[in-house]
Amino acid sequence: MSDISRPLAAQVTEFLLRRARWSPIEIAFWLVAASTIWLFPARHLILTEICIWALFALSLDLILGYAGIISLGHAAFFGLGAYAAGLIGKYDIIGEPALALVASGLAAAGLGFATSFLVLRGSDLTRLMVTFGISLLLRELANKYSEISGGADGLQGVEIKPLLGAFRFDLYGHTGYAYSLVVLFVLFLLARRVVQSPFGLSLQAIRGNPLRSSAVGIATNWRLVAIYTLSAGYAGVAGALLAQTQAFASLEMFSVERSADVLLILIIGGTGYLYGGIIGALIFRFLQDYLSTLTARYWQFWIGLILIAIVLVGRDRIAGWTTPLRKLADALGRWRPGWRSAAGGKP
Amino acid sequence: MPVVLETRSLDKHFGGIVAANQVSLQIQKGARHALIGPNGAGKTTVVNLLTGVLKPTAGQILLDGRDITRLQPHERVRLGIARTFQINQLFGDLTPIETLGLAISERLGLGTDWWRIVGSKSAVTEEIVELIERFRLGDVMSTRTAILPYGKQRLLEIALAIACKPRVLLLDEPAAGVPEDERHEILATVAALPEDVTVLLIEHDMDIIFSFADRISVLVNGALFVEGEPDAVARDPRVKAVYLGEAFDA
Repeated sequence: MSDISRPLAAQVTEFLLRRARWSPIEIAFWLVAASTIWLFPARHLILTEICIWALFALSLDLILGYAGIISLGHAAFFGLGAYAAGLIGKYDIIGEPALALVASGLAAAGLGFATSFLVLRGSDLTRLMVTFGISLLLRELANKYSEISGGADGLQGVEIKPLLGAFRFDLYGHTGYAYSLVVLFVLFLLARRVVQSPFGLSLQAIRGNPLRSSAVGIATNWRLVAIYTLSAGYAGVAGALLAQTQAFASLEMFSVERSADVLLILIIGGTGYLYGGIIGALIFRFLQDYLSTLTARYWQFWIGLILIAIVLVGRDRIAGWTTPLRKLADALGRWRPGWRSAAGGKP
Repeated sequence: MPVVLETRSLDKHFGGIVAANQVSLQIQKGARHALIGPNGAGKTTVVNLLTGVLKPTAGQILLDGRDITRLQPHERVRLGIARTFQINQLFGDLTPIETLGLAISERLGLGTDWWRIVGSKSAVTEEIVELIERFRLGDVMSTRTAILPYGKQRLLEIALAIACKPRVLLLDEPAAGVPEDERHEILATVAALPEDVTVLLIEHDMDIIFSFADRISVLVNGALFVEGEPDAVARDPRVKAVYLGEAFDA
């Protein structure tokens, strides 16, 4: 290698590794999140809800934001995870909640794998309808087999044992919140790793141009099957968290409203950068809280208005309105002494 | 010279339209083979058949004597067939570094690696650097592809195919749409391809064809019309009549 190419190699390496580096703003974000365990004990119930929505939206982001698969039936996996965790608790199949959570996630992932082949082909509209259809099927199955699911009354008599055999789920939701936040963080870490891997890069390539992706040797179908399965598992864990923290599962967890809400949350927060689901869940839940105190019955009017504003502002890209936010985050992330000289200061 | 890529009586029908008609083509190892023909002759259809984007209605495709007719596009890439597209097919949201890193990772079998970070393997970054230098993409390497100047996108289009380290490279009008003053850059990179890489070139520009090709096949209405050495093809009166016309009298 010549003298000129050495800095080029360093620049390329630096560029690639920078994608994966933790920025100060990210670290601060998670420190603030962790501090809420001690700072806002009175708010733990709503914060738990936010965590669960965030995880559910993160799961949708994996397929929508990275692989470009749109879904209007993601609640199918959420609901399955919830019922799995509920049934495990009710019949004491697995005594330890965290293990039961993993099992529920795996069950949802299994369903995701089985149905992934239906979403491989077709346009966005086909995918919307197929995913929508699957969630309807599951809801009605749960409705029909009411001796297992409890039918319209929901799954009664769910009992969740102490977490790790030590921490009881209390009425104020302290244990539930710490548990949910840790699960969200761990699964976030995993997702962050996955999207920055060669596999994650190939998903973005498939979303951008499936024709060219296969022309560079990517087995596009299998990659989509893999991410859909993972995403379904995440959604199942989110559902299981809800069932465990509320000791209850209901048909509503399969509902189209839930699928639509999670899509809304992700679009509010922005797709394709992993934090969208978390930010969206925060905004959505607090907005819901705030608006329903202003106008208890018509709060969805304002949500609708905000949704329209968001998609019109970011026409070419879903949630393009978050671009300035992302640029700011990016700039802050990049700011570290010595970086510019190392990478040659290319804009 | 051994034949690397071969088609036997390849047919492709779209409804009532015959896009490829009994195409039997033999491409020799290391050849600089040009496929020419008037607009709508079916040249891109042939490339799409060779790469597996389209399935033939009838006929066979063989790579090194092995039947690859039923293989998926990505499987053919792994066997060593890569292509460029007449109209750029790039990843608009990715930078050239990421685009090349993607293709190189896939070729090295790292594409299913979901744990390691892209760029943590020095084998990948070294190759990225090599291609960026060779295609002079250094000044735009960390810019989103969607906003690159057209000439740079065209270079990336070719670099991406080269990143697959093909044994057979199919170039579908590599200089299409590139301004006159930037064409030489594209052509120089094509001319500098290693000798053992077999190249099938689809082109309109006669200067390019005759400066580059050592063999020419003429496709008319989906069927092979004439095939031979450049001089012979140029002299062939039927070719003059059907396709080249005035361009050859000069």
